[in-house]
Amino acid sequence: MPVSDLANPTRFLAWSRPLLAVLWVVAVAGLAAGLYMSFFVSPPDYQQGEMIRIMFIHVPFAWLSMACFGFMAVASLGFLVWRHPLADVAAKAATPIGAAFTFLALVTGSLWGKPTWGAYWVWDARLTSVLVLFIIYLGLIALRQAIEDPGRAARVAAILTLVGSVNVPIIKFSVDWWNTLHQGESIFRAGGPTIYATMLWPLLVMIAAMTVLFAALVVMGMRNEIYRRRVRSLEMMAAGA
Amino acid sequence: MPELSYHGGFILAAYAVTAVVLAGMLLWMLLDGRAQKRRLAELEARGVRRRSAPVPPAAPAGAAP
Repeated sequence: MPVSDLANPTRFLAWSRPLLAVLWVVAVAGLAAGLYMSFFVSPPDYQQGEMIRIMFIHVPFAWLSMACFGFMAVASLGFLVWRHPLADVAAKAATPIGAAFTFLALVTGSLWGKPTWGAYWVWDARLTSVLVLFIIYLGLIALRQAIEDPGRAARVAAILTLVGSVNVPIIKFSVDWWNTLHQGESIFRAGGPTIYATMLWPLLVMIAAMTVLFAALVVMGMRNEIYRRRVRSLEMMAAGA
Repeated sequence: MPELSYHGGFILAAYAVTAVVLAGMLLWMLLDGRAQKRRLAELEARGVRRRSAPVPPAAPAGAAP
């Protein structure tokens, strides 16, 4: 069966149902293990004490806020260049999920910042560029609501997504380019992670589990979007009959 | 269970906001999917069918309606 067959919406609905069940089982099991390790395996930090517990959700959300936008940029390219039938479905389904994860990255970071930095918010390069990302997500959601014709909305959203994706490397390297209050890279560094193993493993498990949770939510969103488009085409057929 | 110190409120707030947002998103997606499928069933019950949808087998002649 050629890979392109997987792109057929009807076939996607068929094979994504069992996939969804597997994703949910792995996500729930991963989150349970991750949360247990975060609270019972990881020791308190020698400087921040128990505040380190917020790291185990803040870092996964920050990673997924950028990864989701990267996913949407690839889907937008797939839509504009190859007219892939599921590309726009994927990009549209992922947008609200990415917005929610970015919101959670900002809120958990703010709740971590107040006791640690003494402020809920500072116009720091990392924080500001993530806020810009959140505003772009909201803009994409509003754009799709504002344009009646789905085809036109898809093209405009794809272009805005590709233009907005320049912000992702800015977020990633903001801690290197500017003198930021937000700390630099701690895991994927040339010199190796700066986090001790008893904290690093719970964090990696939480990142993996949240990534699987994200995948499950996107697949759910894509299925809903396919049904929504079918309803719309049937309603137009019924109105035209 | 770690002894959540003076900052326990911030930690619990962060996890609480996370739980509320994720649960809310999941609930919204479940309700949205159910609504789309129900609408689709209504339309198909009225005989409105997509061109690429499989046509149900015609009832044999003389069969009871």
